[in-house]
Amino acid sequence: MTAVGTLALQGDFAAHRKRLAALGASAPEVRWPQQLEELDGLVIPGGESTTLLHLMDREPGWWPAVEAFHRRGGGIFGTCAGLILLARRVRHPEQRSLGLLDVDVDRNAYGRQVDSSEGFGRWADGRPLEMVFIRAPRITRVGDGVDVLAWHGDDPVLVAQGNLLAASFHPELTTDDSVHRLFLARLATPLADGASSVA
Amino acid sequence: MSETHDMKTGTLRLKTGLAEMLKGGVIMDVTNAEQAKIAEEAGAVAVMALERVPADIRRDGGVARMSHPHVIREIMDTVSIPVMAKCRIGHFVEAQILEALGVDYIDESEVLTPADEAHHVDKFAFKVPVVCGARDLGEALRRIAEGAALIRTKGEAGTGNVVEAVRHMRAITGGIRRLTTLRPEELMAEAKSLGAPFELVRWVAEHGKLPVPNFSAGGIATPADAALVMQLGAEAVFVGSGIFKSEDPVRHGRAIVKAVTHYREPEVLAAASAEIGKPMPGLEIDKLEPEELLAARGW
Repeated sequence: MTAVGTLALQGDFAAHRKRLAALGASAPEVRWPQQLEELDGLVIPGGESTTLLHLMDREPGWWPAVEAFHRRGGGIFGTCAGLILLARRVRHPEQRSLGLLDVDVDRNAYGRQVDSSEGFGRWADGRPLEMVFIRAPRITRVGDGVDVLAWHGDDPVLVAQGNLLAASFHPELTTDDSVHRLFLARLATPLADGASSVA
Repeated sequence: MSETHDMKTGTLRLKTGLAEMLKGGVIMDVTNAEQAKIAEEAGAVAVMALERVPADIRRDGGVARMSHPHVIREIMDTVSIPVMAKCRIGHFVEAQILEALGVDYIDESEVLTPADEAHHVDKFAFKVPVVCGARDLGEALRRIAEGAALIRTKGEAGTGNVVEAVRHMRAITGGIRRLTTLRPEELMAEAKSLGAPFELVRWVAEHGKLPVPNFSAGGIATPADAALVMQLGAEAVFVGSGIFKSEDPVRHGRAIVKAVTHYREPEVLAAASAEIGKPMPGLEIDKLEPEELLAARGW
């Protein structure tokens, strides 16, 4: 069984775990960096990125553990706050991040909670995909090695780079499990070094 | 692109969705931008802007109202985490003003002086989500029926005494457990005795939980208090006077955040409890006059 932990320091980790368990993965809550050693994949859920950053800073092992997990080929799927933590550069306001994913993001770029919205975007091949945006970040730059897997209007909203997958929306809050399926499928087929694939 | 024009705002999923993002976190009461910054650095997932913390409202008396818009704006400009603000029970114009200011959540709160003793705000009229307090399952379901996207226990704010928050959390979770044991034909009589809409009663009986997230508030003063309500079923914690009435708000705030993150790990709770200085002084509930009980406001 694929072991996919969900970072449970704070945020909507329960929604991710429910989805992962329904798809047949074991889905432990991850509250300590040592737990990453036993995992194939890690979900960094939606939540408050500022808070997650503070909490990870307080436990000295977090940053090196996530970097080591990534180096050994562990897959990471970040939604909303998770995307912000994975991004190379974070603005509005400027904030530190893991920098593993070669994209830049602006936080709360679509406005405050009253501007949060839901509806449909589309996969790169044009099929519709349900999307829930909550105080969402906007991906403002996509690096050369990054594939855009889904769009909303002119904005890239689901991106992949090697074993990393990240969304500015919340697939865990819709009834459509296709993005989580995609993450599990990517974990099951390890990619060659530096390579990436399009869904 | 037409898809950007077809987006819906203000839906229940978006309203409860923001509460989902706050789960496992601590929402801290603040009265100015400087405190908001301290709360954010302490690890708060959101701040609650109010005129005076409940302990001061209790001490000074007078009518407690929505915060001044300048203060709310200043707090919104200072922190990047969500900003909540309180309106008085039934004061839908204060709620309209808070929505116009762009706060992320409105708390229709018994901590402020009620503006209407018969009616709560129609929460469906707002795009911004609204949280309401409750003492038991019937009260929680009445607020949800009015459109509340998040429920919190009322507890007894400004006392530093967790006993009422515990009572209310047990009443809600116990009430939910009871519903799941009833036969279908027994649910109507139960809805009548709860004073709650039948459809919501049936939903809870079937799912074994509230249809919106369930947080705890009112009298939570220490890391141990925060972990206690989490273990009793709260999904996040509001701390009012507890942070800024303590000896060292930064250390105290961080310790409570740590206790909520690791609420089921006694060793971590011991460490968090050792980190704090003197907590706020507490009040015994039965020493309060009936009119001093904030939880009795609203119904």
